[in-house]
Amino acid sequence: MYDLIIIGGGPAGLTAAIYAARRAVRTLVLAREFGGQAVYASKVENFPGFDMISGYELMEKMKAQAERLGAEVKSVETKEIKKENDIFSVRDKDGNSYEGKSLILSFGAVPRKLGLPNEDKFRGNGISYCATCDAPFYKNKNVAVIGGGNAALDAALLLAKFAKQVYLVHRRDEFKGEAVRVDDVKKLSNIEIILNSEVKEIKGEKNITGVKVVRNDNSESRDLEVNGIFVEIGHIVESEFISKMVTLDRRRQIIVNDKNETNVPGVFAAGDATTVPYKQIIIAAGEGAKAALSTYSYLQKINSK
Amino acid sequence: MPEITLNDQNFENEVLKSEVPVLVDFWAPWCGPCKMMGPIVDEVAKEMEGKPIKVAKLNVDESTATAEKYNVMSIPTFKIFKGGEVVDEFVGVQTKEEIIKKLEKFIG
Repeated sequence: MYDLIIIGGGPAGLTAAIYAARRAVRTLVLAREFGGQAVYASKVENFPGFDMISGYELMEKMKAQAERLGAEVKSVETKEIKKENDIFSVRDKDGNSYEGKSLILSFGAVPRKLGLPNEDKFRGNGISYCATCDAPFYKNKNVAVIGGGNAALDAALLLAKFAKQVYLVHRRDEFKGEAVRVDDVKKLSNIEIILNSEVKEIKGEKNITGVKVVRNDNSESRDLEVNGIFVEIGHIVESEFISKMVTLDRRRQIIVNDKNETNVPGVFAAGDATTVPYKQIIIAAGEGAKAALSTYSYLQKINSK
Repeated sequence: MPEITLNDQNFENEVLKSEVPVLVDFWAPWCGPCKMMGPIVDEVAKEMEGKPIKVAKLNVDESTATAEKYNVMSIPTFKIFKGGEVVDEFVGVQTKEEIIKKLEKFIG
């Protein structure tokens, strides 16, 4: 029996594990992807104390610190959580069960897909959700980047170093990302910006050969010859497996109060899976710390009963 | 058996001519999720010890010819080779159990 089971191993979950383990809370971290989205960032330049560190390195340090302090970590995907007599039973996809007195839900968010019929077929064969991983494979090729936030702008800037031509396709009339990045994108001659438009079709047999891009008002349709599509249209919270237990908002994020409590006693939540505004590594880490401290108070209360 | 480090030179001998199925982890040092997968693949190799299967890693940055030949366009990518052919492949981060389950189909 664990005192605490943390679902998710990104900045929120690992920080929670560090805080909990330092208070001698017997802690298990179950994660499908250690490091979470942070490891997809090649450079992190806004985590205090580090001028620049790779997302991987930062998360590896957090994981090692949590383990050194005594937290147990396991690479598994959680499938189901049940509560019986104040004990939480967590089952993973492989049928193993773990029992804990409390829970922190910090499983983050996953990239949103375009939602086109052949998208999954081309995964690994032209469709990418990780520009830092896959940009070097598109040397002298044409690619499309879909999205309008910082992630999309960064992907376009990175791809412009490798690809012959980058098309940056965004459905709105202006970018959501930082002005500095937008200016950098506009300066590059091999990035063409296509606004007010969406990708409606992916073409190709085995590999991608092109996309059909249509203007929102249907006034124009263009076929772009590209071999790669980089999807950067935000993230979604995959919270179906706990939707019967905790209350979610309209975007399926876990509703938490300022102590990271959910509607269920003993269940706390932190990071990008929750309603906390601003999805940032430092914020997720801070939320994880808060969740762990709230969990500690909860455990003290139930243990003194 | 610890995992094998592959390159363009030893790929044929270690993978294509292997008598047992081989899991190949295509990765690169610039890829954060690939590096996060590193220790998980190490654990898979440890659990597969004594079983008729090999676990191997190929750095696509150093072994571009092999990566291109097998059309690796997204990493991490895992391919299982048996009898010189790709018999299964999966892209993106996986859990330890997911990889083991896929390998077990080819041990028999």
